[in-house]
Amino acid sequence: MTSPPQGAATPQEDSLDLAALLRESHALEVIEALDRELVGLAPVKTRIQEIAALLVVERARAQLGIAGDQPPSLHMSFTGNPGTGKTTVALRMAEILHHLGYVRKGHLVSVTRDDLVGQYIGHTAPKTREVIKRAMGGVLFIDEAYYLYKPENERDYGQESIEILLQVMENNRDDLVVILAGYKDRMDTFFRSNPGLSSRIAHHIDFPDYAPQELFAIAQIMLERMRYRLSGEASAALLEYIELRRGRPHFANARSIRNALDRARLRQAKRLFAAGGAGVSRDALMTIEAADIRASRLFHDAAAEGAA
Amino acid sequence: MTTHTGIRITQGQFSFLPDLTDAQIKAQIAYALKQGYALNIEYTDDPHPRNVYWEMFGMPMFDLKDPAGILMEVNNCRKTFPNHYVRMTGFDSSRGWETPRMSFIVNRPKHEPGFGLVREEGQGRSVRYTITSYAAQKPEGERY
Repeated sequence: MTSPPQGAATPQEDSLDLAALLRESHALEVIEALDRELVGLAPVKTRIQEIAALLVVERARAQLGIAGDQPPSLHMSFTGNPGTGKTTVALRMAEILHHLGYVRKGHLVSVTRDDLVGQYIGHTAPKTREVIKRAMGGVLFIDEAYYLYKPENERDYGQESIEILLQVMENNRDDLVVILAGYKDRMDTFFRSNPGLSSRIAHHIDFPDYAPQELFAIAQIMLERMRYRLSGEASAALLEYIELRRGRPHFANARSIRNALDRARLRQAKRLFAAGGAGVSRDALMTIEAADIRASRLFHDAAAEGAA
Repeated sequence: MTTHTGIRITQGQFSFLPDLTDAQIKAQIAYALKQGYALNIEYTDDPHPRNVYWEMFGMPMFDLKDPAGILMEVNNCRKTFPNHYVRMTGFDSSRGWETPRMSFIVNRPKHEPGFGLVREEGQGRSVRYTITSYAAQKPEGERY
């Protein structure tokens, strides 16, 4: 097969180079960055690659004049535990869809119930429309979407907002992409009570929890961005910390790790002051020692439990 | 303001042209957004050229990025007031301008009776001229 230059083909030609089309869209760079910067999340990455492939094929079909009359539906739902990267991926998704030419502007409008649902009769519809108008040409990200529907209150205005969303998701498919996000179990209940919404969402993507090794890798990426590094013993201590923290209530995956690192930075600063603070080397300012991590309350609790 | 051959009111941009299609309106909105104007939609049933106070349809749209949302609002307004004049205005808020920079009619009544010339006798043999809209002689709401 002779591939045409830059993948651009005149309508008369009968073959196209898909790889060149993908290169041309620059979406590959975003996907690669996603692969590099986000640890784990294999099912999510697979689905994003599938969507990217679909859109490239769709574009190729359009160039050959065999595009269908309906663009593919790309509304999505992200479910998963706290701190599994739902918002981060949504932000990247807007970028990818923009590069692939599915949305025109590629901005992300992130809203919660407060932004959509009004406080008195007749307030909800204009409020929801306002948000939808703002999101057009980009991605509308509704965080904790299950709050939109309150089954215990029949007169809750959330239902009205859902109905408007449904209508827009159906009619303005090429104007915006709606992404709903929330915790798995509550989203399941939400979708059960709103079957119309569930069936209009083509992609239900589940974000798995991170394995300890993945959390450690995330911690290293975070530290690199903060321009810190772990000493040898500190790495071991952090791994131990992750194991302990995972068993605790309110564990929020990557978010918990970030908080732990922030606290370790506090302790490092305190330690440097306690050591006199004069003549601190560049190395000392950048290194987090095992003691900074082992000072966590978690280790004391674990020790106390072991002793008891 | 002139009422030219087809008796169509000509105010603002593009008013000597045939009515803009939705795609053309969208392109104009896209241009306005690129310039950073805040767009708003206004309607009236009193199109006298000196009537600068048209009613506003909804809020001015400050933070929109894409023309599709604005076109949706234009169509809402057309549906609500199918027999009124509707115009889009692009307001430039930058220092030194602070004024509408573009304005064009996107909807007009099916039948536009136009304006009549009124001659008023003044002192001596002087004559003062003015115009009056045939439609605006009826009460508000029944004009078109």
